[in-house]
Amino acid sequence: MIIVLMIAGAIVAMELEDLLSSIIALGAVGIGLTLEFLLLRAPDLAITQLVVEILSLIILIRATVGAKVPQEKIKARVGYFAFAVLFVVVFLVFSYRALGALPEFGAPIMKIGAQYIRDALTRTGAANIVSAVILDFRAYDTLGEATVLFTSVIGVLAILRKAGRKQ
Amino acid sequence: MKQEKGMTLIVKRITKVTVSLIFLFGVYIVLHGHLTPGGGFAGGVIIALSFIHLVLAFGKEAALKRITDTVISVSESVGGLLFWGIALLGLVFAGTYFLNFLPKGEPFTLFSSGTIVLCNIAIFLKVGAGLFAIFLALALFRITDDKQEGRNGL
Repeated sequence: MIIVLMIAGAIVAMELEDLLSSIIALGAVGIGLTLEFLLLRAPDLAITQLVVEILSLIILIRATVGAKVPQEKIKARVGYFAFAVLFVVVFLVFSYRALGALPEFGAPIMKIGAQYIRDALTRTGAANIVSAVILDFRAYDTLGEATVLFTSVIGVLAILRKAGRKQ
Repeated sequence: MKQEKGMTLIVKRITKVTVSLIFLFGVYIVLHGHLTPGGGFAGGVIIALSFIHLVLAFGKEAALKRITDTVISVSESVGGLLFWGIALLGLVFAGTYFLNFLPKGEPFTLFSSGTIVLCNIAIFLKVGAGLFAIFLALALFRITDDKQEGRNGL
């Protein structure tokens, strides 16, 4: 139900001519994803998804309202359409076979994950196992993630700088 | 009544009430990251959102009076260095990168879980400052470009 709403929102966001309406439809997709995370009992992800969604929506609206973006009409060609259909069919076949090999939903066969769940409280003292994993057992990944964010901030500020820019 | 920057009077009054609450909620999310859902990333984004709220309601100058771009860049760098420094301290004290070398404390209390709280604070500084800087650069880019003013580098 929520997934159907999200897919509809994504299609609407692509098809609309007006940029602001597209952004609002994109926000509906994000809220649907937040509800999905809540229903799957991942409150950490839900909080992060919600706040990042709000932030990106604000930035998108602030950056696009009043801006005249030239609209391009893309002519649909038969060759492209056939290629897209072929790709979707191949993707669905492979994903059907791959998902069939996965274990049942919620079945605990994960050995590493089971060890984290068992030892997280005694070895780190953190009541939130997600925090214990991302900041203690797997902190090296988090350092890489922080590096990615730092690099992206530097990139944005370097592209939008005013000093030393050739006009 | 003179024309002021920013939005209308209603928005400004409401903003004065809500900004501190949003800021406080972000700090709560960061400090309780090891007990309840949330953590440094979500809390940092919430605090960046509270400053963005200020920018949208009062204009750029009012927000940059409270937090200057020097503070933003310094806290971004300090956050990154603090996180890396915690990793190096684990290497120095215990011989393993990112080892949780501090005492673990009593579970379910605020001062527990060793370095995780410090890591959360470091990530919060980094994420909050970084995202606020991106917002300033992206959203105010056109405006500063029109007026031919604005700060260099931001």
